[in-house]
Amino acid sequence: MTSVLAAVGNWFFSLLRYLGGLSYLFCDGLWWIGAGPLLGKGRIRREETFHQMTRISIRSFGIVSLVIFFVGMILAFQMAYVLKTLGVVGYVADIIGVAMVREMGPLLVGMVMTGYAGAAIAAEIGTMVVSEEVIALESSALNPIRFLVVPRVLAAMIMMPMVTMVAIYVGIFGGFVVAVWILDLDRIEYLRRTVEALTHTDLISGLIKAEIFGVLIACIACFEGLSVTGGAEGVGRATTNAVVRSIIAIIVSDLVFTAIFYYFL
Amino acid sequence: MALFEAGRQPGPPAASHRASDGVLIRIEGLRKSFGDLLVLDGVNLEVRKGETVVIMGGSGCGKSTVLRHLIGVLEPDDGKVELFDQDLSQLDEDGLSALRRRFGILFQSGALYNSMTVGENVALPLREHTNLAEDIIQIIVKIKLELVGLRDFESLMPAQLSGGMRKRVGLARAIALDPEIVFYDEPTTGLDPIVAGVIDKLINDLKISLGITSLVVTHDMESAFRIADRMVMLYEGRVVASGTPEEIKKTSNPLVRQFVQGEPDGPIPLRLSKVDYEADLLSFKPLK
Repeated sequence: MTSVLAAVGNWFFSLLRYLGGLSYLFCDGLWWIGAGPLLGKGRIRREETFHQMTRISIRSFGIVSLVIFFVGMILAFQMAYVLKTLGVVGYVADIIGVAMVREMGPLLVGMVMTGYAGAAIAAEIGTMVVSEEVIALESSALNPIRFLVVPRVLAAMIMMPMVTMVAIYVGIFGGFVVAVWILDLDRIEYLRRTVEALTHTDLISGLIKAEIFGVLIACIACFEGLSVTGGAEGVGRATTNAVVRSIIAIIVSDLVFTAIFYYFL
Repeated sequence: MALFEAGRQPGPPAASHRASDGVLIRIEGLRKSFGDLLVLDGVNLEVRKGETVVIMGGSGCGKSTVLRHLIGVLEPDDGKVELFDQDLSQLDEDGLSALRRRFGILFQSGALYNSMTVGENVALPLREHTNLAEDIIQIIVKIKLELVGLRDFESLMPAQLSGGMRKRVGLARAIALDPEIVFYDEPTTGLDPIVAGVIDKLINDLKISLGITSLVVTHDMESAFRIADRMVMLYEGRVVASGTPEEIKKTSNPLVRQFVQGEPDGPIPLRLSKVDYEADLLSFKPLK
């Protein structure tokens, strides 16, 4: 019994330590984005930020579109299966529209980005730690948070809502393809119902989620990368941890914000 | 004679001698543990302006740990580390950052930023810490690369360079801001004798032409004797000997003699020691 309690206690304190470290990294990053440049402590690396924005958006656009297009189609089939028994297949448009904008768009983009960008960031920074590049930065009076974390977090903050926006259109188009060409719904009616079903609140809640997921993915990946110890094995472990922990963080934050939006938006 | 016997370390200098004694690096009673492992057990060391001091010792004796305290990425458990008469533990982030601009460091692997070209690596400290115009930065980059014999390699990526070239680029980057001190972490380890000789010559040239103070961590004895004004030996986290290269060569200290001459048997226990090996073999008891 004592050992179980000790194990639970250890796990709890490890979790607190992890969350503390992550929060510190996030706050430090925010300081370097906001106050740091204003106080002349160091500029934001614009070129590196643009490079990371390209990496997060343009290079991942194909895979994000592919995934969300098929999910839109799957969702249309699944909804039609239930709705046709009630004789209201036309509601497929409403459901897909709302689901894509409020939930599926940001969530799926978050999941894909976790594997695509999060793992790459963790591996890249982890390799830099192992090859002494990060300690070289520190000893050259270059803050690794400003130098490495800020461009990646900033890029994720800017690009995640944009990628999500595009993904939502592609997802809705996936549903549209099934609804029009397989379920024989009228294309104009489908689009009209989609537009009528959606409100600004839906869009805002979806984009806020995308923003939060982006920050979580970038911060967790950077934190895992910077925490690497033990060479190549450590880099592998950090990459896996970045993906697994980002997915957990996305799901938990999704639940929290969905509940908040349900009551307050 | 500065050489002293194993187990007896020089104490910290008297406070009254400190004001203008030309000491740029001062370590007093430095202790550091990682978990239960005591790595540094009261290290004392002084390096004067323009000196090249070599810290030697076997793998795991704490050489690199000393270096990491000096560049401010590790904090001592006990003792004091001073650079330019400033106690590193008393400095805030800004103070430490200002101090770090006054020294350069060459890492064992070169630690070049792999996403940047050779030229960008050398230009980085200039771009980040000075307000120089870009054309001036480009000229300085060429000068620094010429110093290490790599002026024509400016546009290459680090992955396209050999180990020795990476170290030379690392050295060019380390001296980009004209530092007063350069730290070298195993500068010749893993290099062929010719390239090692080139690196040693560069270290000596920098001292002569720029008056740079150098602290070199190495276990390459050939290189150490070529570059050192003074040599310090670390063993089990403590300084066990200190002296000029000639004094180190002639020492009767068995720890130093074994290390310098690379003997497997002696007071420093090695896994491959002949005596240990024999004892281990003879202690074998067959199963009945």
